Parts: sequence; structure tokens; C-alpha cells
Amino acid sequence: MSSMSARERILGALRAAVPAPEPDSRMLEQRINRHHAHGPWRDASPSERADEMARVMTSVRTEVWRCVRAGWPALLAEKLTQAGVQRLLLDPATTEGAGLSAALPAGVQTLSFSQPLEAWKESLFSDVDAGFTVARSGIAATGTLVLAPDAGTPRTVSLVPPLHVALVYASTLHADLHEAIHAEGWSAGMPTNLVLVSGPSKTSDIQQTLAYGAHGPRALWVVIVDDVQEVQA
Amino acid sequence: MNARPMHFVSPADFRARVSDALQNQGLRTSMRGAMDFLQTKRSAQFPDADELERLRDLGEAIRQHALANLPDLLLQFEARLRALGVHVHWAGNADEANAIIHGIAQKRGARSIVKGKSMASEEVELNHYLAERGISCIESDMGEYIVQLADEKPSHIVMPALHKTRAEIGALFERHLPDTPYTEDVDTLIQAGRRTLRQKFADADIGLSGVNFAAADTGTLWLVENEGNGRLSTTVPDVHIALMGVEKVVAKLEHIVPLASLLTRSATGQSITTYFNLITGPRRAGELDGPREMHVVLLDNGRTQAYADQQLRATLQCIRCGACMNHCPVYERVGGHAYGTTYPGPIGKIISPHLLGLEETADLVTASSLCGACGEVCPVRIPIPSLLVRLRTEANRDPAQQVAQPLRGQGASFSRGERLVWRFWSGAFARPSVYRWFRWAATRLRAFTPSSQLGWTRHRTPLTPASRSLADLLRERGQAE
Repeated sequence: MSSMSARERILGALRAAVPAPEPDSRMLEQRINRHHAHGPWRDASPSERADEMARVMTSVRTEVWRCVRAGWPALLAEKLTQAGVQRLLLDPATTEGAGLSAALPAGVQTLSFSQPLEAWKESLFSDVDAGFTVARSGIAATGTLVLAPDAGTPRTVSLVPPLHVALVYASTLHADLHEAIHAEGWSAGMPTNLVLVSGPSKTSDIQQTLAYGAHGPRALWVVIVDDVQEVQA
Repeated sequence: MNARPMHFVSPADFRARVSDALQNQGLRTSMRGAMDFLQTKRSAQFPDADELERLRDLGEAIRQHALANLPDLLLQFEARLRALGVHVHWAGNADEANAIIHGIAQKRGARSIVKGKSMASEEVELNHYLAERGISCIESDMGEYIVQLADEKPSHIVMPALHKTRAEIGALFERHLPDTPYTEDVDTLIQAGRRTLRQKFADADIGLSGVNFAAADTGTLWLVENEGNGRLSTTVPDVHIALMGVEKVVAKLEHIVPLASLLTRSATGQSITTYFNLITGPRRAGELDGPREMHVVLLDNGRTQAYADQQLRATLQCIRCGACMNHCPVYERVGGHAYGTTYPGPIGKIISPHLLGLEETADLVTASSLCGACGEVCPVRIPIPSLLVRLRTEANRDPAQQVAQPLRGQGASFSRGERLVWRFWSGAFARPSVYRWFRWAATRLRAFTPSSQLGWTRHRTPLTPASRSLADLLRERGQAE
């Protein structure tokens, strides 16, 4: 097979090249760790991290609300109604999905992702106004949501509907990406898709003019739930 | 040769295109504006010069570490991907890559492919290859889509339509998109593009993407973007094909963090892009979306030639941020199309000779004042100016000379006459008696200096020796030679 021979040819050519000095992976990782050890948000309190998260996300046109645990479903229900959202995709099997579902008025219909994408692709692309996700965690320095899509909340929930609504708990906020990778042990178990979201979809491809809503969600709403006291207690 | 796509231009015609580009005032204005924008955005991301230098050191070390281990890392990556259920293919050159992708499409009976941004697919001219075989490729990155509609090629690796004005794009959309009246309003234009492309994502049989970074330890593809078209291309169609150069793989997922930061800050001046899309295998049991079939195509296409040479290997450290072209005085003046290569600007000048051979690219390596700006901004410290000098040396090396790692097209600029002149010159400088004779002759016979002196006199007055040499003048002043 030609692809097998291409493999042998490529690997052969690489192996035949003059070897570089044997690299030390441990030393490299120490350097990477040292570089990040004094990042600006490493010593910040969870509420300072939440402040920074909110500040950075707002700067890239994300709507951010800080909210106590009891208050967010009512807040989102009100905002969704105001925005005219009629069909909201969420996972009713999660506590958050069920909580939001219960708070919604009759005018907002909830849908769950209960069948494979190909069975309802057209409808997902044209009929769903918003998708609701709960972030695995967040990253303060860059204003980033870490989403780990699963069977209940697949990848397209945060991608196809024009509005993406995400919930993130203040207690899960990391200082930076390096901290997130290590604290959550990403290398030990990567899901099929892990997606870092830092704002609504955008582009500057026409004369360097920033425009939002290129292909992904036109708008991103983020609720940061202040659960820090509870977690510490 | 006549199988070449219609819009294919040869890098060998570089000089002719340069003079056209320099006369194009519109292009000059677009380029200047874009360069100012990108330079300002980048420098705002690096307020702390020390942090930048430390991060560049780190980026260089990570890339060198990966390259030093490359064959092992590729095997580890391949094994990891296979364990995840990904089909792995190896392509030695453009034709092999195209044939592999065409084979996958045929097997699936695919008629349409939606593409996230992939410079590697530009490099192999995939769109044309597939179009000739009845399979349509739609570019979905807004900039790529614009140049595809215009039947052009990207003029920048990060901002493909950088050379186009909003008026040109307005006219293009009016002509090609349904129900789209002419406008110069950017938001309206982007929404028109969005509307048209959304249906393509839903309908496409296959999604094709490039890869920004790949981790050997987890088998993860790390894609960087702002628009979401990369996520759609790699999530909605039932098949995902990722095409990547063999040099993209690094040892560990955690090694990518500093590289990703360097990439987004250097490229577009963003601390992070809207999406980092980390893909580790196809849809798993129980999952309801994502491609059920996934392929990774590992492309050589000349990269192993650069790898073979210790000095030229640094070329492969590149993370494709485009900072070198954003700061290049030549690129700014001639634009991306003049180069006639997939990768324009300084990085294009040092990578294209490996992809295409020096026969076609020998002129490109001379198109630099060696000012050093590219080397100064490179986030992974590729010594671009010294690599340019090295490639010039190889282009001028006697084709017959045996060297340990000959480059494709060695001696493309070699001229016996030129070599003779330099031999005479160095010989004269090394022997005082010959030099004195030459000096005497040059000053006395100056009237016979030719008025046409090749390239020099195209834009300048001819060079004529002075009537008296410096040594003569010194002697007159009573100072010994």
C-alpha cells in the first residue's frame, strides 16, 4: 500500500537525519511550570478571579451576571423571555437544567438533546433559539469557559443555536490555562471534545473590522454563580 | 504541467509580479493599513518585554524538544490515534495527500466537503484536485470563503483576504450570494456569509480541517479559531479529516499552553481566541454528535528535507502565526500574492524552497533586505535572516558539488560567470601586486565602464570607478599606503 510506504519513507528520512541532543522532558516541564508559577491570578481569591473573569469576558461582548445560587434560574428566565427566546436546548437530567426549566415561563419551550444529531440536524439548525450549558470550569486570566460536552449536552448545544447561555461556578475558576490543565489532570482523560470558549463567535476578516456572530453563536451569556462561601464552609 | 489549476502562479515569476504589485496603489494602502493594525495589536499583548523574551525562549525550547524527538513522537501519536479509533494516513507529497482524501470521499460516496481553515490543504491544492473529480470543497473561514469566491488564493496565512477592501467584498457577495444587495457594511456582509455557509455545514458529507497543534501523549488535535467554522466543520459532518504537517506534533498536551499563548498574541494580538477546540478521537458510544469517522493525514511534502539539516531544521519550529510577514517591509510593499507560494512573507521564503525546490523559489530568498525584523518578532525564535542567507548560498552552490544534505534545486541561481568574477575578486584582494595592478587599470580605464550594469542600472545610475584611488589620495596627503 502506498500510504504504508509513505510512512516508511517519512520515518526513514527523519531517523536518518543527524540527531539533535537528547532532550530532557522533565527539565522542559519544570521550565513551563516555573514560567506560569507567578501568573497574575495565581494568588487571587476566588472572588477576585470571578471579577477578572467577568471583566475580560465583558470586554469581548459577553453578557456576564454574577449571581447567588438561589437566584440564577429566575434571572435567566427573565432575560430569556426579554430576548424573545422561544425554544431553549438544555439537559433536564442535570440539576441546573432542571432548575432552569422549572423557572421558565410557559412562553419558553425547553428541548432536550435526546436523539443523534443526524436525526434532527435541520431542526437544530433552524428552530432552536438558544443552548444552555454548565461549564466544567473557567479560566480567569483569559475570560474562558471550559466546556466538556457529554451525552446530555453534546458539542453542538454551545455551537449551533444563535445564543449560548453558560453557567459557571466561581469555585471552579482557575487562574490560567496551565493551572486548569494540571488541576483537572487533562492528560489523564481527555473527552472526545473539550472546548474553550472566550466570547461569542467573531471575525476580523473584512478589512480588519471586528464583527460578531460569524458562524457560531452571535451572543454569549455567562452566569457566574457565587458559590465560594458554600464551598469553603 | 498543464494539469495545473488555472489560477496557479509560479513562484519563478516573482520579479514580474513584484513590479506589478508595487504599482498597485490600492494594494499598497490596504497592506499598510493591515500591517499597522496587526503590529499595534501584537505589541499591546506584550507590554512586558522580559516576559515576552522568556516566553519566546520557552516556545523555542518546546518546539526544539518536539523536533528532536519527532520520529518517536509521530509513532506515539499514531498509536494513540489508532487506539482512539482514528484512521491515520501518511502522505509523502501533495499528490499522495490528495489521493488519500479523495479515496476517503469516494468510499463514503461524498459529493461535498466543508473546510475549516487549513493552509496545508492550500499547499497541496486540494480544492482543485477534488473539483476535477466532481467533489466540491467549500471554504468556511470568512476570509478563505472570500478569496474562494474571487477565485484567488489567500494572501496571508492568518488573514486570507487581507488584501481586499470592503467595497470589493461587497461587490463579490452581491455577485455570488443569493438575495444579497451591495453593501459596504461589514456586519451585514458577515451575516450574509453566515447565512449562506450555515446550510453548507448542515449538508456537507465531510468536514476537513487543519491542525494548529497535536499532542502525542493524548492524541489530541488542538484547533485555534475565532469564527466557529472550525468547530462546525469538525463536529457536524459525519466524517472529519484533519490534514497536518508532520512537524505539528509535540510531546505532551501541557506543552501546547505556552505555544498557544504565543500563537494568538503574535498572530492577531488576542490573549486567547474565541475557541480552542480540542478534539480527541471520533464520536464515542453514547455520544449524540461529532463525526463518527475520523481521519488524520500526516503530510511530509518537503518537510523532511528541512529536517535533515541541523540549521534548516529550525524552519519547522514555525507555529504559523504570521508575525514575520506582519513586520516584513518587503511583504508589506508587495503583498502576499506576489510570492506565488502558499506561505508568503519571510516564513514562506524559508519554507517554500523545501516544498517546491530552489528551481522555482531561488528568487524569493533574495527578496529580503535582511533587516532582521522577522527574526526579532518570531515567537519561537526561528533565525529567519540567517536561514535566508543559507538558502541563498545553496541556490548559488555549484550544482555539481557534492554535499552531505543536498537541497532540491541546489545551484538554481548558480552562474559560472558570476563565480569567475568572485574568484578573481577574492584572488585580487589576497595578492597586493594583483590588487595594485587592478586599481591602476580601473582608475585609468574608467571611461570604458559599461553604462548598463544588469540589475543595478535598472533603477540607478551606473557605477564608475573614481579617477584616483583612495591609496593615491592618501599618498598625496603624505600618508603612507
